[in-house]
Amino acid sequence: MLKLLSTEPVRLLAFLVGIMAFVGLNAAYLVWVERKGAGRFQRRPGPTEVGYAGLLQPIADAIKLLSKQLIVPQGVDAALFRVAPLLMMAPALMSLAVIPFGPSLAARNINVGLLLIFALGSINVMAIMLGGWSSRNKYAIMSAARVVSQNVAYEIPTLLVVITMIMITGTMNLNEIVRQQAGAFWHWNVFRVWVNPLMPVTFLIFFICMLAETNRAPFDMAEAESELVAGAYTEYSSMGFGVFFMAEYANILLGCSLATVLFLGGWQSPFGILPGVLWFLIKMYFLVFAVVWVRWTFPRTQFYGLLNLSWKLLIPVSLFTLILSSAIMKLY
Amino acid sequence: MTTQETIVSNLADVPRSNGGGVETFVLNVGPQHPATHGVLRVKMTMDGEYVLRAEPVCGYIHRMHEKMGENRTYAQFLPNTSRIDYLSAMTYTHAWAGVVERAAKIQPPPRAEYVRVITSELNRISSHLVWWGAFLLDLGGFTPLLYAFDDREMILDLLERITGARLTYCYYRIGGLYNDVDEEFIEGTRKFVHHMRPRLKMYRELVTENIIFRKRLIDIGPISQEMCRKYGATGPVIRGSGIPYDVRKAEPYSAYPEFDFEIPHFREGDSMARYLVRMEEMAQSLRIIEQALDKLPSGPVMAEKVPRVLKLPAGDYCYAVEAARGRFMVRIVSDNKEIAYRAKLRTPCLSNLSLFEEASQGMLLPDALALMGSLDLVIPDIDR
Amino acid sequence: MRNAVKEVVSGFYSLIVGMRVTIGQFFKPIVTVQYPHETLKIAPRFRGHIELVLDPATGKPKCFACKLCERACPSDCITVEGAKLEGAKKRSVTAYHLDFTKCSLCGSCVEACRDGAIRFSRDYNLAGWSKEDFIMDLFKRLELEAQAASPEKVDGRAVPGLIAAQDAAHQDKTKTDLK
Repeated sequence: MLKLLSTEPVRLLAFLVGIMAFVGLNAAYLVWVERKGAGRFQRRPGPTEVGYAGLLQPIADAIKLLSKQLIVPQGVDAALFRVAPLLMMAPALMSLAVIPFGPSLAARNINVGLLLIFALGSINVMAIMLGGWSSRNKYAIMSAARVVSQNVAYEIPTLLVVITMIMITGTMNLNEIVRQQAGAFWHWNVFRVWVNPLMPVTFLIFFICMLAETNRAPFDMAEAESELVAGAYTEYSSMGFGVFFMAEYANILLGCSLATVLFLGGWQSPFGILPGVLWFLIKMYFLVFAVVWVRWTFPRTQFYGLLNLSWKLLIPVSLFTLILSSAIMKLY
Repeated sequence: MTTQETIVSNLADVPRSNGGGVETFVLNVGPQHPATHGVLRVKMTMDGEYVLRAEPVCGYIHRMHEKMGENRTYAQFLPNTSRIDYLSAMTYTHAWAGVVERAAKIQPPPRAEYVRVITSELNRISSHLVWWGAFLLDLGGFTPLLYAFDDREMILDLLERITGARLTYCYYRIGGLYNDVDEEFIEGTRKFVHHMRPRLKMYRELVTENIIFRKRLIDIGPISQEMCRKYGATGPVIRGSGIPYDVRKAEPYSAYPEFDFEIPHFREGDSMARYLVRMEEMAQSLRIIEQALDKLPSGPVMAEKVPRVLKLPAGDYCYAVEAARGRFMVRIVSDNKEIAYRAKLRTPCLSNLSLFEEASQGMLLPDALALMGSLDLVIPDIDR
Repeated sequence: MRNAVKEVVSGFYSLIVGMRVTIGQFFKPIVTVQYPHETLKIAPRFRGHIELVLDPATGKPKCFACKLCERACPSDCITVEGAKLEGAKKRSVTAYHLDFTKCSLCGSCVEACRDGAIRFSRDYNLAGWSKEDFIMDLFKRLELEAQAASPEKVDGRAVPGLIAAQDAAHQDKTKTDLK
């Protein structure tokens, strides 16, 4: 019996269930965190009615969304319309398989983990684009076009930053990257200024691109509610919208996890106390809070604003860090 | 700034240079759209994200206020004036009370005039606060709206205390005021002035100096002085284009000549200039309120001889006030009856909206909506 | 180049300042009122719909159907009927209808009333299921209110307790409404 439990298929099944439960729970409760956080930023209490401090609110929302009709409007491309939300959710779920939550807590410890995440990450854009395109709605189509043009802006600096990181660490294995950041907190990549003096800037670029990738404010041009009503999601009702909504949070979760792994030392404890998983979660949720904080502080950019930022600032700076760190590596 | 300017203007030329209209589509912004704050409908002919032609369609909330003014007595029409622009109800009532007083030669007592100034300016601040929040909402920032409403709540509480209503005050009467202000109101207003100054500083830190916000507004949606004159724009729109026209100075009314205040105006004519005008106006309104509270005379708040049945002598009478959105003017043609022969309401938003079609040509949709937000439209004021 | 760097730095600084403002607000107490659980005091001059006032001397409505309010109303929402009862010196009101669907709460009627026979009620929870709920019979409303206050003395005269009850209901509508 014990032997059966420790076989590979059972282990994978456990991780599959684990990750889905983790994402599901997080997607639901990040909505709560967002609403509660938004409330506090705006000097109001946020959800309070359902359960203690509104803790059952996500469940109430889910029941509401599930019990509504999934309307597929007349004349839409029904197949694409239905598949788009799933296409947004699936890559986030799959990518989490390679994220090391703890020293030995990763579903798959593969050597090209980082590559896998970025390969899957580009499907996101396609999902919103398909959703918008198949909706047969002017707002949605404009939103679809925006998503694609936005994609050009953030994908390049992200990849340049990631290449820098791969060069510094010499591996694409996420577990290995974390292991290299062992020790006190100044061994975390974000503080390793002797490897590259611009390391904090690199982290910042990664964080900005992550916000753009997840369509979060201030880069939420795709669903800009004051311009495009709800953008690509305009025609979606019921769980069609629900899955999109949860996928947004799943993507935030993934982005923050990746930032934690790449820059903040993953499960490495800064003081050597408490188990690794806990530290991972603390760091990740701090980033999630930062994402919420940013959203409820800034107005939305224009997409030429994002393109300007990307081409005039992020790409040159990330290219510069790439060259700088390669030069430093060559010299020392 | 220069780099961005060139890029924007280059982009804006694209649709015109390739002929435009080749593959255009019509985008309905409104009457039920989160950006129009009401039932304004703008029919936009779009070439991709570029606005080729934006045609405002009015009339969704037309209530025939002018006609109503022609079939009820002067006192009966007073409550209507609060409903034309519900965000600056005080100033609108002021105009109607003012024109009747001018025609019937009723002089409101000085205390009434001072209280009118105080409440009008409080109302102006509250109106600008709503605009500020809603404008930021147009630009995608939600939090400022609630900060603005937090401060506005203080004004509404103060005004509710003396008028009994929170939005459609109907506080002024022909010949004076509905009732006097009390000590608590005066104290509360003083407290509010002290509270508001640091808040304006906070608004500046949170929004005005924010780089994202500045990039969205600077050099976006320029409105020239000619365009302002052509369409009869008034209020912060015209002051943002560098014309320091303000009814409070140009045709002084009520107790305004007795106060020391400035007319903020900026030469740039872009959305940012209009934004800054309103932010500066709030500070000026605080100044006026402070002076008025210091000089507040005692005495009655109602003129002594206001006839129960009011008949205006035959003639043509005008009275203009500076409402939060611009020049609001009432014109009454009387033929010596209890009811006006003609009541004309000149509202600022209709003129300010008229220039949107020309000003938004060739702009990107988000910029066009930012421009619309910077005009500060109140839809019932357009349709009346 | 220098300008560009300066703009980037100052722009980034402005973002930090903005985030500092919001985090400062994050830790301040909330300012909203959780409405059904807590309520605010109604302003003393609150303009609700109108109600008739009892005369302390007679225990009857003060109104004697002079119809000034009816005439002052800009929206024609008041209909007053009165009759001269036998033995009475003045006319007294027999029916007072308020069509609240048309009322714009301007208060002209209260101002027009010379004898203080009508005033603003402090009802603000005015939700209903049909339009007819808002065509109010204020005369009946007053009777019901009086009945609720002291059922045994409906047609009694000059009951100070009754007046006090009406005043209490007037003053503290907030609490009674919500329980």
